[in-house]
Amino acid sequence: MARSTLSSRFRRLDIDQYDENRFVEEPEEAAAAEPDAGPEVEALLRQGDALRAFHTAIRSSPANMKSQAMKEQAQGTMLKVLTSFKSSEIEQAVNSLDRNGVDLLMKYIYKGFEKPTENSSAILLQWHEKALAVGGLGSIVRVLTARKTV
Amino acid sequence: MAYHSFLLEPISCHAWNKDRTQIALCPNNHEVHIYRKDGAKWSKVHELKEHNGQVTGIDWAPESNRLVTCGTDRNAYVWTLKGNAWKPTLVILRINRAARCVKWSPRENKFAVGSGSRLISICYFEQENDWWVCKHIKKPIRSTVLSLDWHPNNVLLAAGSCDFKCRIFSAYIKEVEERPSPTPWGSKMPFGELMFESSSSCGWVHSICFSASGTRVAWVSHDSTLCLADASKRMAVTSLCTETLPLLAVTFITENSLVAAGHDCCPMLFTYEESQGVLTFGGKLDVPKQSSQRGLTARERFQNLDKKASSDTANATLDTLHKNSISQISVLAGGKANCSQFCTTGMDGGMSIWDVKSLESALKDLKIK
Repeated sequence: MARSTLSSRFRRLDIDQYDENRFVEEPEEAAAAEPDAGPEVEALLRQGDALRAFHTAIRSSPANMKSQAMKEQAQGTMLKVLTSFKSSEIEQAVNSLDRNGVDLLMKYIYKGFEKPTENSSAILLQWHEKALAVGGLGSIVRVLTARKTV
Repeated sequence: MAYHSFLLEPISCHAWNKDRTQIALCPNNHEVHIYRKDGAKWSKVHELKEHNGQVTGIDWAPESNRLVTCGTDRNAYVWTLKGNAWKPTLVILRINRAARCVKWSPRENKFAVGSGSRLISICYFEQENDWWVCKHIKKPIRSTVLSLDWHPNNVLLAAGSCDFKCRIFSAYIKEVEERPSPTPWGSKMPFGELMFESSSSCGWVHSICFSASGTRVAWVSHDSTLCLADASKRMAVTSLCTETLPLLAVTFITENSLVAAGHDCCPMLFTYEESQGVLTFGGKLDVPKQSSQRGLTARERFQNLDKKASSDTANATLDTLHKNSISQISVLAGGKANCSQFCTTGMDGGMSIWDVKSLESALKDLKIK
């Protein structure tokens, strides 16, 4: 009896997969491959038009992106845009977004927090402050509860 | 606004009797306590001890004066007042997880229980066997049912659940009622028929409410959104992303206005514009007391700077009436069509009664349509 109670081999089995009523995610329709806006955004940044680059990056990030590589590419582009802003211009950029844009911006900000580079956290914190003023705590809650991550 | 602190623990759920002189609430344990209003005080008159697990839902039928309670012990009891004591009758729900919410139907001949077993139990009284019997609505619910509300026609039932969807089912029981007439939600209503299902939002649906006429249904979910489906606009769903923490309870106070409350500890007004099909935020309904502004001494300012890196003490205390999240809202007077008073209970153990007229006069920009 002692031997069977000590055996923990059963713990390696995921019994939830055998439950006939288990929750399976609805199959999402795969979005058509979005044209990568990376080069366009970089061109705008080089010209010094940070605001337009920002809007392009926000617009071209479809929520249904499936491949991890494409997501990382979009994140990298977005981070480049966010770090190229001057502190005084951030507020104006945030005010030019609509509600969905603010939610999307908040998602990118938190994604940027996850992988901090040299100066990124400082500028991201400034973006966070301005985005919070517009979006409120609700936008942060929507980052936490979002099922389709950025 | 009348605020009464019943307990130091959260009030799990509450229900009022017909003339609003008595309130039944669960003090976060296995019991139900009934308090009666004695002038300005509340005195406990009954203690209902039958459940073996926390009581998660209470509903008081106004006409037949019966209580139904459900709990985490997977049972529901129907209580009838015999003399001066409440006598329980067990209802076998045939669920294998906790019951989460319970609601009497408008005609009080049946009640619905939402549970963690991913199903809704519709219970009705069978005269021949002198026993409460239940039928299950299972498909296509994929997770715990958190909230329920009945349509005024006694047949349609709205359910909000943890699989991020709001659904409207038909709970037509042929043994206790006649065939319902067609509604804007559909005409064929056999038992268990899915009349409406919302598309996935991203949060658990905490609370759901039909409007007084039944043509609209509104729900709040955990991703800080409030959504409304209008049957007269071919069940179009409009949603509002709020700037607040998630809301936990919602109710209609007129056909076009909703009051919702949640983790921000104060009720808020929302308005539905029918012509444009748009929901807007109407304002917070809590009138904070004007606390005397103490000037900060230089020492206190330095201490704040040291501890919190800011000398701003604006968010130090909660100046709302409730000091913790509000978990339930109930309409006291006027019905959902023209509510004049509503009541909120929360996790601070307090119960507060709000008067709509005095809110309208106190908060200048408030417009209740």
